Amino acid sequence: MSTATMALGNTRIQRSPAQTLQIYLKEAKYEFLKYLRLRMYTISVLTFPIMFYILFGLVLNSKESIAGTRVPVYLIPSYGTFGVIAASLFATAAGLASDRGLGWLEVKRASPMPPFAYFTAKLFTSFVFSTIVVLALFTLGIAFGGVRMSVGQFAKLLATLVAGSLPFSAMGLALGYFTGPNSAPPMINLIYLPMSFCSGLWVPIMYLPKTVQKIALFLPPYHLSQLALGVVGAGTHESAIGHWEALAAFTMICLGVARIGFQRDQEKMYG
Amino acid sequence: MDGTGSRIVLRRPCQYWTADQIRRPVPVPWEELKMIATLEQAHAANSIGSDSIVASLDGVNKNYGDVPALRAVNFRVRAGEVVALLGPNGAGKTTAVKLLLGLLQPNAGKVRVFGGDPTNPENRMRTGAMLQVGRVPETLRVREHIDLFSSYYEKPLPPAEVLATAGLEKLSDRKFGELSGGQRQRLLFALAICGNPDLLFLDEPTVGFDVEARRMLWDQIRRLVGQGKTVLLTTHYLQEADALADRVAVINKGEIIAEGTPAQIKAHTSGKRIRCITSLSIDLLRGIPGVTEVKPDREAVELHTGEAEHVLRELLVRDAQLAGLEVTTAGLEDAFLALTQEKNGNGSN
Repeated sequence: MSTATMALGNTRIQRSPAQTLQIYLKEAKYEFLKYLRLRMYTISVLTFPIMFYILFGLVLNSKESIAGTRVPVYLIPSYGTFGVIAASLFATAAGLASDRGLGWLEVKRASPMPPFAYFTAKLFTSFVFSTIVVLALFTLGIAFGGVRMSVGQFAKLLATLVAGSLPFSAMGLALGYFTGPNSAPPMINLIYLPMSFCSGLWVPIMYLPKTVQKIALFLPPYHLSQLALGVVGAGTHESAIGHWEALAAFTMICLGVARIGFQRDQEKMYG
Repeated sequence: MDGTGSRIVLRRPCQYWTADQIRRPVPVPWEELKMIATLEQAHAANSIGSDSIVASLDGVNKNYGDVPALRAVNFRVRAGEVVALLGPNGAGKTTAVKLLLGLLQPNAGKVRVFGGDPTNPENRMRTGAMLQVGRVPETLRVREHIDLFSSYYEKPLPPAEVLATAGLEKLSDRKFGELSGGQRQRLLFALAICGNPDLLFLDEPTVGFDVEARRMLWDQIRRLVGQGKTVLLTTHYLQEADALADRVAVINKGEIIAEGTPAQIKAHTSGKRIRCITSLSIDLLRGIPGVTEVKPDREAVELHTGEAEHVLRELLVRDAQLAGLEVTTAGLEDAFLALTQEKNGNGSN
């Protein structure tokens, strides 16, 4: 009984591809519904970036510019990144920690559910909520902030931000494996709020102290926000490749940590 | 007491079921039964009919850190039977179930389900499990939970049948978070059976149930067994093991200390329980030869004895006004407590 037999996606069941697809779809659908109906999640994930955008982007500073870019435009990538991170972390870490710690994941593991379906459902949910946050910001910006971009630009910005959901979902899985059901949400806040601030998601990076700007280079939200800002021509002048590489490396590290947690769980001692 | 060759020496029972609980019929005939009272005997018996064994633990040790949860456990579940793992909290019942589900791995020994590794996906296809869960996603509806779990299986039962079996027809649109404790348990039962599994693991299935709900679930379990399914249930409700199981394995501190039919387990406790309303003093009752224990019970007294006929004769002679007489065999709980207490090393007989 080696851990290899329990590895992800190891299935010797004769399911048709259609049946397998159906499991993945249902798992994803119900995972999404679960969070959509969870007010605590939708409020913290959707409301905060939208509220911040309305307040700081539309009500207070809509006539101002940051580094030559109008504030309502500049803040879409910023708060978009912020929203994507929250959507991804809470959908993965909080859910996983709770499922693991309180026995639900064991019920699923005891069933013939393909283990990978569980994780793709979480990833899917992160993607969908990330998309919703970004589209909401677009809508508000276009309607009330005079934001004008080409369709191509909108599409590229959306794609960049939603792709950014992947590293933070990976981070969420890692966190979910090493926190408990009660400690996960405060732990997420403890990590992602300071990280967001230091990455310039609330106050533009150039207004932050030099030290913080140096720290930001090691923070994944900084790299994602710079990629997004680059789409609207407001990024700093590092290369996009460098940002992608940083995010890819971060994703790999997080997935590695999550895998350690996954394997440790196969021998978990819940009693 | 030692006539069976068992190394388990029983103590006199010291705690009793109510009369109503004890009067239940024993579900399984004596003739078919091979009492296995010791581990040594268990080994010998296990070699018989191994083809029908659907799940087994062989010399299994499981430790949580330094704490042993199971010690040298040998245990068999044969096709079509209902086996109850009976023991107090912390005895190792849940650990045994999780090992058989492949959720835990043993430190030593072998765990087999359908002749193979319990983690085999095809085994999981034929297995249903009801575990003790702290939190189930609360914002999903009953029918949604069932829909999702049914999709994992090749030949799931129709949702309507699952709902009916679990008694959830009227609650199918309810969100899990809106269900009562017993209703939540019923949903977990529904998820265990929705894949129409051959082998069902039920870990403390009726915790939090009222009497009616418990009987309803028992009926459903009996019905499933009638369809040829095999059931392993854990319980610390002795009544439940007695009512459902063909075979009971009594587990305490990680060891199986007795195995047999409920009737056989009960047979280990010698004697009968006599309850009556009498004017005789407790001391006087204690003085009657053959009476091993006396305790007042509301307006009546309860006596325990290995020689019921003799004691009854004495009682009726000494108290012409004696009323409310009931004579019953000891309940499974008596047997269970007697066994575990002896095993704990503070028994003497």
